[in-house]
Amino acid sequence: MPPALVELLQFLFSGLTSGAIYALVALGFALIYNASHVINFAQGEFVMLGGMVTWALLSQGVGLPLAILGAVALTVLIGLALEKLAIERARNADVVTLIIITVGAGIFLRGLTSVTLGKDLHALPAFSGNDPIDILGATLIPQSLWILGVTAAVMVALHLFFNHTLLGKAILATSHNPLAARLVGVNVNFVLLLSFGLSALLGAVAGILIAPITATHFEVGIMLGLKGFAAAILGGLGSGPGAIVGGLLLGIIESLGAGYISSEYKDAMAFVVILGVLFFMPSGLLGKRGTERV
Amino acid sequence: MADIRPSGYSKHRKKQTYSRRLGTRATPLQTLMSERVGGMGALILVILVLPLLLSNNYQYDVAISMGINAIVVVGLNLLIGYAGQISLGHAGFYALGAYASAILTTRYGLHGALAMPLGAIGVGLMAYVIARPILRLSGHYLAMATLGVGIIINIAISREAWLTGGPDGMYVPAMQVAGVELYGGQIWYWIVAAFLILAVWLALNLIDSPIGRALRGLHGAEVAAETSGVDTTRYKVMVFVISAVMASVAGSLSAHFSEFVTPDKASFFHSILFVTMVVFGGMASTFGAVVGAAALTLLPQLLADFASYEHMILGLIMMVVMIFMPKGLVPSLGALARRRRRQEARS
Repeated sequence: MPPALVELLQFLFSGLTSGAIYALVALGFALIYNASHVINFAQGEFVMLGGMVTWALLSQGVGLPLAILGAVALTVLIGLALEKLAIERARNADVVTLIIITVGAGIFLRGLTSVTLGKDLHALPAFSGNDPIDILGATLIPQSLWILGVTAAVMVALHLFFNHTLLGKAILATSHNPLAARLVGVNVNFVLLLSFGLSALLGAVAGILIAPITATHFEVGIMLGLKGFAAAILGGLGSGPGAIVGGLLLGIIESLGAGYISSEYKDAMAFVVILGVLFFMPSGLLGKRGTERV
Repeated sequence: MADIRPSGYSKHRKKQTYSRRLGTRATPLQTLMSERVGGMGALILVILVLPLLLSNNYQYDVAISMGINAIVVVGLNLLIGYAGQISLGHAGFYALGAYASAILTTRYGLHGALAMPLGAIGVGLMAYVIARPILRLSGHYLAMATLGVGIIINIAISREAWLTGGPDGMYVPAMQVAGVELYGGQIWYWIVAAFLILAVWLALNLIDSPIGRALRGLHGAEVAAETSGVDTTRYKVMVFVISAVMASVAGSLSAHFSEFVTPDKASFFHSILFVTMVVFGGMASTFGAVVGAAALTLLPQLLADFASYEHMILGLIMMVVMIFMPKGLVPSLGALARRRRRQEARS
């Protein structure tokens, strides 16, 4: 293969890897948005908690599988608590008020983590070694395969859950019309709680998967959360396939941009792209074209 | 279409205000109690009395920070509270104003009093250019776009180190007027106070003008406002530009006062803090905005004693206040006082 193509392939690999993570975070945004029309700015903190708690359990001598399980369980509990203690009490508040509540929750969780687990940077061990795999001249680290594999598995599981279980259909029904869902016997409050739990789970999984590559830190969730939000908006807010497409696209664009244009502006790429898209398509790539009813 | 105007926006030479047309002029007492006269008087009184309570430089610094934040928040409140458009990127404009002052004075030798309006004009132009495409968006899409603008500004400031000093920030020399260095809390207190009073006066007049009425219309029901002939986009853009310019001026003031600027001024957290100040004090209330800015500037200073628990407590307070007083401090406490008065009148 010519070197230019190998280079391109390399960028695509790293783009897909981070894109899969963005897709997981974006799905978390979409889930909560669908159930409650709340944008959960603490979503990034779920990602951070996944990585940090896994590290903390590992450093206590717990095995990796158990540490991962513990971290996911704890993050889900925190997600449920956030819904029960804060969001449910402020159901009818303004959009801005709800945004501030979730931002406040994010600040609180960051503070809590820095107090209990410290402010140092920690790396998790890779799940299955660090020997790079050679594909057509480009290298792929095993952790990337883990990320892509787990993300794909999560997507399939979510698809099955939403289309083939009663509970999943109840969530979909609530996202379309909460009042009608309540009338046919869906427990809307439970659906809300469930969607926060599921989002926390997705966030924690993303945080654990990425931690061996980028290391974890109590502030790692800020940028990941914002980019996940950008990915969710890019695909069209509230659309599941949109979140996945948006996440992968964002990852690839970011990686190509950093490689070919400017690595200094890597973090800005996502936001330049999102502004460009929103200027021409005000409801994202796959979002519903809304007409306003009066 | 040109002849259809929002109510009160008459082409007649004589200004036809709502009160004139309906003959509902306020009594002197009502005038005194209104935001425009009574509230303004109260603000000036507080500003005049406050120095008596300030005993050291640190306290002056906090008071000045309150004033600077209040200028941003009064402008942002016009956008969020009156026009109903969210912005999660105003720290970007604030930082651009600060950096315009810093760069024009240090690198190009301009006088601070010239750098500030130049920065404000630049930020105003930029806000005008991005406002049209951005303000077509609504709700969370608008939040995302403004957030993106703020983050891009933040990253650009940190990366262009040749101009901005990069992540470490840069020094700003003290401003000189007629050979005298403007330095220290006592002087800057009065400068910031003057700008704050100007900002509040502008905001109150804008709200009372036909523009304010149009804004409230588009906040209440955008489609209805449009169908009754209000050029909603024009008013949204206007308020966006005004609030960006106010943020820029406040940024310039903070650069000259603290004599140091860092990219942190443009951070996402800073933008969120401004929005929180608007909501904390009470949306669509200019004095609520001032109260919110003062409260949230003071809060971290009070929490500094808790050292590493500072952020936990700050996050908790933000959540609790927003859950139990979703309308903000000033309107919630006002409602409480009214209820108390009614109960007393009944008993």
